[in-house]
Amino acid sequence: MPPAVVLVTGVSRWLGGALAAELAADPSIERVIGVDTVPPSQAMLRRLGRTEFVRADIRNPLIGKVIAAASVDTVVHMNISSTPAGSGGRVPMKELNVIGTMQLLAACQRAPTVRRFVLKSTSAVYGASSRDPAVFTEAMQARRVPSGGFAKDSLDIEGYVRAFARRRPDVDVAVLRFTNFIGPRIDSLLTGFFRMPVVPTALGYDARVQLLHEDDALAVLTRATTGSFVGTVNVGGQGTLLLSQAIRRLGRVEVPLPTPALGSVGRLSRRFGFVDYSPEQMRFLNFGRVVDTTVLREEFGYTPRYTTEAALTDYARTVPPVVSPRLVESASARVRSVLERAGDTASAVGERLRPTPPAPGLRAVRDA
Amino acid sequence: MPEARVIQLRPDDDEPYVPPAPAPGWEDRLAGGLEFLRRRLTGEYETDEFGFDPDLTDHLLLPILRPLFQKWFRVETQGLENVPSTGGALVVANHSGTIPVDAMMTTVALHDDHPARRRLRLLGADLVFDMPVIGSLSRKMGSTLACNEDAERLLTEGELVGVFPEGFKGIGKPFRERYTLQRFGRGGFVTAALRTGVPIVPCAIVGAEEIYPLIGNAKTAARLLGLPYLPITPTFPLLGPLGLVPLPSKWLIAFGEPIETASYGPGAAEDPMLVFNLTDQVRETIQHSLYQLLLQRRSVFS
Repeated sequence: MPPAVVLVTGVSRWLGGALAAELAADPSIERVIGVDTVPPSQAMLRRLGRTEFVRADIRNPLIGKVIAAASVDTVVHMNISSTPAGSGGRVPMKELNVIGTMQLLAACQRAPTVRRFVLKSTSAVYGASSRDPAVFTEAMQARRVPSGGFAKDSLDIEGYVRAFARRRPDVDVAVLRFTNFIGPRIDSLLTGFFRMPVVPTALGYDARVQLLHEDDALAVLTRATTGSFVGTVNVGGQGTLLLSQAIRRLGRVEVPLPTPALGSVGRLSRRFGFVDYSPEQMRFLNFGRVVDTTVLREEFGYTPRYTTEAALTDYARTVPPVVSPRLVESASARVRSVLERAGDTASAVGERLRPTPPAPGLRAVRDA
Repeated sequence: MPEARVIQLRPDDDEPYVPPAPAPGWEDRLAGGLEFLRRRLTGEYETDEFGFDPDLTDHLLLPILRPLFQKWFRVETQGLENVPSTGGALVVANHSGTIPVDAMMTTVALHDDHPARRRLRLLGADLVFDMPVIGSLSRKMGSTLACNEDAERLLTEGELVGVFPEGFKGIGKPFRERYTLQRFGRGGFVTAALRTGVPIVPCAIVGAEEIYPLIGNAKTAARLLGLPYLPITPTFPLLGPLGLVPLPSKWLIAFGEPIETASYGPGAAEDPMLVFNLTDQVRETIQHSLYQLLLQRRSVFS
């Protein structure tokens, strides 16, 4: 049974807006209500179609009234901020993430009409450390529990959602643990990171990166909202890349810095609003993280259209390379021709100096 | 000229002259090297979810290790027919030598000497992956963390997995205890083999004990650095970086008959007594073949 009234939080950001637009285009859904603290941009507003936008803070009990008044039956919680830069600092970020989720869940618990809750979570809940198994399945937990930042918030949020599921067993809860998003339109941590022409990384470490294309992220969210999947699922593209490899494929210049120096670069870049190198982010850049997507493909029933490699290639269309592959090609061809010429000269000289001994000549003929 | 006769310059019984097969010319090697560099610069190579980079391993890391394998340690391999050519198997070996050179040499042995050119996927301690450079290079060479999840994932994918159950107890033991096996961990490797039903191939490595004879252990300094031991050898730290040159001992690597585990069924991993017994069986086999290999070797350096 498709949902009648869907409430999407965090609708002003790209993915939330895209999901609301997708749901609004589905005629079987009666109403789509988008909630965010900031109004969506003009371009986004046009895309949203018949979505009703409610400017509300989910930290405010007003959200309960919205849910009750519209008799919302499906709630998609996407208003989780991954960087302090996006929400004006770490303290407001944590407040929005954790307190906001608690308020939203409290409102959902009171509303008898709610029967489905979809949480956009992250694979960051698995942490990142040297003690990690190479591939995380949904049943595994972080070996070293993330101590702060986005990952800690996400762990707390998942905890509250589990508690909510216990108190309202009649509500179907789907938790989607997304890997890093990438794509031409989405704004994620890695897209900002890869847009820099010179990418500072941790010296002596190389993270394994699993990417998810924005189109696949959108498709999974849509399916989770309208479908009947219950439980936790890892969402990521097939295959992995090493961080250095991804940087090279994008034609960026990698600058490995010793970890302490990287910390100060991170603080500096955060001040200028570039990229966030929080301690938790640094650990991710050191070790990376890969998740198993068997549940996604077999139980959830979706196979991402883009592999990690293909997603990166699609994203690469929008970032002009600093070191273009053609440049490398022509440079290597030039080096080769120069070396070959030098080598030919050397071997000609060598031939002069030391003529190769002739093949064993005629021997005495036995029968002449 | 009807009276003309054909005079054979080369009688049939003489071996025809065959010019020696030319070694890959420098042009080919240069082209290969440049192609490798180009691939590295543009990122056009494959890596797997464990961080294994076959391109780097084949074209850079193995060629660096090969002279050490062939010329320095003159490694001889025995019983390669005991390592299956396809499918998963767990190679269990003794660990020694202060620095895990034995793990690298076993990797080269299985890649170069085995007819199927098998890749050994090693399992390492978390300390290895915590260290910069070493950790990332180990992953690129195909290693991963020694935990049941990773071991079972690799074995189900049909990979050849190498494990050193003695861990730091084996590699950091004093020289006077050479060739005596330490405790074999908690038998985690046996449960991994039982759950995936792959054979266990016992492997004995002789020669690694003598490369850096550990005569002392700077325990306090090791604790300060967070290391399990800090080796003192006859040449290190006395000769500084020169002390890092391993002694050129003669090496023998022998693979024993595989111990089959599939018949026990995956449920057998829950039977601790069976796990203990199998662990002991593997340990005994390796200890036994170590003694045999030591008898075969005429002297440490020949």
